[in-house]
Amino acid sequence: MNAAARTAAPSPRALARERWLDPGNLTWLIRKEMRDAIRNRWMILYAIAFTLISLGVASGSRLGTGMDGLAGYGKTAASLINVVMLFVPLMGLTLGVTSLAGERERGSLAYLLAQPVSRGEVYLAKYLGQSISFLAALAIGFGTTAALIALSASPDAHTEAFLWLAGLSGMLGLSMLAIGALIAAAVRRPGSAMGVAIFTWLALAFLSDLGLMGASIAFRLRVQDILALSLLNPGQVFKLASLSGFEASLDVLGPVGLYAQRVLGDSVRAAMLGVMALWILVPLAIGAIVFCRRPI
Amino acid sequence: MIRIEAVRKRFGRFVALDGVDLDIARGEAVALWGPNGAGKTTLLRCTLGLINFKGRITIDGLDIRRHGKAARRRLGYIPQESILPPDLRVSEAMALFAGLRRANGEEVDRLLALVELDAARSRRVADCSGGMRQRLSLALALLGEPPLLVLDEPTSNLDAAGRKAFLDLILELKRAGKTILFTSHRPDEVHMAADRIVTLENGRVVGLERVIRDADPQRPTQGPAQRLSPQRDAQHARPQQPFHDAPSSLGLGVIA
Repeated sequence: MNAAARTAAPSPRALARERWLDPGNLTWLIRKEMRDAIRNRWMILYAIAFTLISLGVASGSRLGTGMDGLAGYGKTAASLINVVMLFVPLMGLTLGVTSLAGERERGSLAYLLAQPVSRGEVYLAKYLGQSISFLAALAIGFGTTAALIALSASPDAHTEAFLWLAGLSGMLGLSMLAIGALIAAAVRRPGSAMGVAIFTWLALAFLSDLGLMGASIAFRLRVQDILALSLLNPGQVFKLASLSGFEASLDVLGPVGLYAQRVLGDSVRAAMLGVMALWILVPLAIGAIVFCRRPI
Repeated sequence: MIRIEAVRKRFGRFVALDGVDLDIARGEAVALWGPNGAGKTTLLRCTLGLINFKGRITIDGLDIRRHGKAARRRLGYIPQESILPPDLRVSEAMALFAGLRRANGEEVDRLLALVELDAARSRRVADCSGGMRQRLSLALALLGEPPLLVLDEPTSNLDAAGRKAFLDLILELKRAGKTILFTSHRPDEVHMAADRIVTLENGRVVGLERVIRDADPQRPTQGPAQRLSPQRDAQHARPQQPFHDAPSSLGLGVIA
């Protein structure tokens, strides 16, 4: 395309089209974000960290059994649930905040937005680029563990449960990235945004359980109310979904789990997947609106 | 090329821009001049569509808020300092933005030759001097051959040699017909590069002056005051404050 064509007066149709997401711009911005992720080395660090954690859990699951090596897929997956609930939200939230807030602080966000791109494209591409990198880091962690379990001659028949947990961990990560990006879009100061992200992690990982217990006692909440409140925490949704994937009874979650199983029956997994998808899409959409409207 | 109409911008109680009107013709070089906090950078940021404002700004008839992408395709922006990642190589930076600006390899080569960075393609941004980085920023801004360049104090962090090399390039681009809107704190470069000086004070345009210079714009002349020939700009003048012909009222106190 020559210069005259690039800067010629666009037709009304071309102008209308420009308002929407341009696949070319989106691809370019996603590649830039992924390149940044590799350059900043966070992706590699997260992959190593998650590999070490999951391998540690896989070998720790055999402690006390008098056997050496790694536990099978099922036991490893079950042991990983709490670890994932702790680490994936922390990784996702901080990463979601860092990308946008860091670029804003360095001034490179203004430079990027001075290019022929829309804010919606920048926000979505940042999210997608980070998501791909984050999922790659998780895949390396889970994949290495799965490969080593397969080689350790103790694999069991629960590969499906392991894959289910890996998939759900990815969804939990995507949800946390979306919430992190929303925080960065709403809170302009990078330090404050990181503070809000850490507090959100504390609230989701620790305080919500305590709050739920306290509220259920103080207000004599019905079991359906407790279930509804649990769904307000993507971590709890992840827990419900992952346990339902082990083909086990949800009675380990107490009356709430039993109630969910009774009401939803075989659709527990699908329902939890739906709620988890909402926990990705809703913060992402709100974040995009906030980012498009607020000054950078 | 650029039409700025009744632009107002507030940051809380602070009025950054208070009804700014300005027309910039194609091929014209306009300097925004004024003390710190006068509204120069804010006006540039509004022109780039980076912040919300009241009023209207169009570039080639395209409203920067409604058709931001199409309008920004017509401009190249050079910030005060290069914000490129330090570990990026010159060629990688060009390739990165060429994709977004729909520029091909031939254009990248031509621009690197223009800013005399073709021999530094494999050099990392961190290893480039300040002048080289700003010339790289200029090459990036020229990708896609936009007719308008927007520069925010582009030479403020350069040494004398770097500043001269950068200004020579800007003058060359100006002669080639680029429209240039820039801010600067340096009187010499304002006088050298600008066809018109717009003085801002407290968010208002308080002076519009045409620079009349000898045939050779690069030929050194006397001092800033002698080189400036302020004239009332009949076409654009809508000063909110009385316009004075005396150089001392045109910000030259600040310049000197």
